[in-house]
Amino acid sequence: MLQIDQLTTADPKVSLQDISFQFDAGNIYTILGRTGAGKTELLRALMGLNSLVKGDIQLDGQSIAKRPVKDRSMSLVYQQFINYPHLSVLDNVAFPLRRQGKKKSEAQLLAAKMLTTIGLGDFLQRRPAQLSGGQQQRVALARAMVKKSRILMLDEPLANLDYKLREQLREEFPRLVAGNDDSVILYTTTEPREAMELGNTMIVMTDGRIVASGPPADLFAHPPTKDAASVISDPPISFIAGFVRSGALYFGEDQLAPNNGLHLPPDGPVTIALRPDAIELGGAFNATIGLSEFSGSETIVHLDFDFGRAIMLVEGIETFEAGTHISVSIQAEHIMLFALDGQNITTRTK
Amino acid sequence: MNKFYHILKTLFLFGWSLFVVFPFLWALTTSFKDANAITSGATYIPWVDYEPSTQGWTSLFTTGSQGINIVGPFIDSAAVTLIASLVSLALGTLAAYGLSRFEYRLGFVKNADITFFFISQRIMPPIVLAIPFFLMLKELGALDTIFGLVLVYVALLLPIAVWVMTDFFAGIPKELDEMAMTDGCSPIGAFFRVILPNSVPGLVVAGMFCLIFGWNDFFFAFTLTFTETQLLPVSIVSLNSSVTPWWSLSAFALISVAPLACVAVIVERYMSRGTMSGAIR
Repeated sequence: MLQIDQLTTADPKVSLQDISFQFDAGNIYTILGRTGAGKTELLRALMGLNSLVKGDIQLDGQSIAKRPVKDRSMSLVYQQFINYPHLSVLDNVAFPLRRQGKKKSEAQLLAAKMLTTIGLGDFLQRRPAQLSGGQQQRVALARAMVKKSRILMLDEPLANLDYKLREQLREEFPRLVAGNDDSVILYTTTEPREAMELGNTMIVMTDGRIVASGPPADLFAHPPTKDAASVISDPPISFIAGFVRSGALYFGEDQLAPNNGLHLPPDGPVTIALRPDAIELGGAFNATIGLSEFSGSETIVHLDFDFGRAIMLVEGIETFEAGTHISVSIQAEHIMLFALDGQNITTRTK
Repeated sequence: MNKFYHILKTLFLFGWSLFVVFPFLWALTTSFKDANAITSGATYIPWVDYEPSTQGWTSLFTTGSQGINIVGPFIDSAAVTLIASLVSLALGTLAAYGLSRFEYRLGFVKNADITFFFISQRIMPPIVLAIPFFLMLKELGALDTIFGLVLVYVALLLPIAVWVMTDFFAGIPKELDEMAMTDGCSPIGAFFRVILPNSVPGLVVAGMFCLIFGWNDFFFAFTLTFTETQLLPVSIVSLNSSVTPWWSLSAFALISVAPLACVAVIVERYMSRGTMSGAIR
């Protein structure tokens, strides 16, 4: 079990602010956040590569905050596929085992086994430069996993891969990390889909803070704050300034009667969050099309309302002319309400 | 167009090769000439243009009025240059690694100032350093000794090593050091096990510069030695007499250049090898 208490750093780029969390072995924690949210800084602080201003890191109840990097039983896979260019693939993976004091033959045997598991059994004697990007990242992953560290950290490991490879490795990831039941796996990403697919627990970070954590499905359905909702949603969620008056929810002049179990807070200003699936074609709201873009099997349509801008998701490939006026409806069951301080105040009748 | 470009390129390279090789060819032919052959104009082919003589070469291994023995100076030069280059490279590499990886601050002095301090040692003209070096070596009792020359040459070569290696280390991503540490190396272990093996091209370049500057130095070899120690560039001067022995000078020049040329040929392949390709993407 990995426990962090009030972790605070003073990094020039992003500082961690008082982060406390408990990570249990056998779980995959995906840390989701935009660039500059502090994900990498958190991993580096855990690893001992960034110094702490305050706080403690405990592994199985023992503080490791002052231990040297090499003695923390942690592995890190960087976004940039870092490998040792002067060593063969086999020796790259055997390298940490040799540092653990294993004999060369034993280390190479274990490394070869790991590389075969990860699909690189035919490339043992090659240099990293002779491999494709995806293969290089697998070497880095194999090197991190072969150590059997208590904490395996992956810092946006798929970010530098092309789309196909990313999809392929994402699919393979659960198989690749299977059998690490004694380890805590931390996986950072900027992509909500990746975070939700790969993690048992999702942690959302913004500005060096953890703003939400929990099972991915729960977090997606009920993000605790506006910031968390903004990070989790892809395509982007739209926030509209609205207000509640006399039992109705107002978007500027337009109003939406509560339905489908949405409970409205007492009268006053609120922030209305519209996920793209909350808006459907045909209805009482008038909008002007700003932009439409294809995203595989869906069309993302940017709409300009009198009360603000929002995004609508339409199934299939549809063509929408920019500047065209359309009418849409807003589905109350898909909207969320946030107080002005950013807290989620959405309540529904089950 | 491609063919024309290829021909042009070949011609240019051929011309350039001639330009580079010609002085060596000239020195080689001259070294096998005697006084008569030398004064009878430009000739190149032995036994056809002139009768070859080994006088130029034998005079370099003879003592007395027939020539000078350069074996001693050669060994002294090699010893001083090699030791000074190795020490400079070792110290310079460690200093450069420190400067490229850690932040130092002493008042207003920061890493860039320290690097400039090293390099600034080469800005001064050698003559400025001659008297201080002379007095220092005299105090140490190291005047006219190989040890004294090594000390001075280390001072002269260290800035070159620091300069080249600082620049080289700056090109190696810090993440590689960090990766090595996460894989179980101490910081110094990361340097020796990962960074140094990947720094061969930089070490070769820095080493070549040190060898070249050390081997070719005349000024300090001349001002800080008398009779006990003599380096190659100084001994060449003693070949001059009322009649300039061009044959001996040519042979001497070839012998002087040979070690550096051999080293260059051996290490040339390492200059392009071991780049950081495959380290980080």
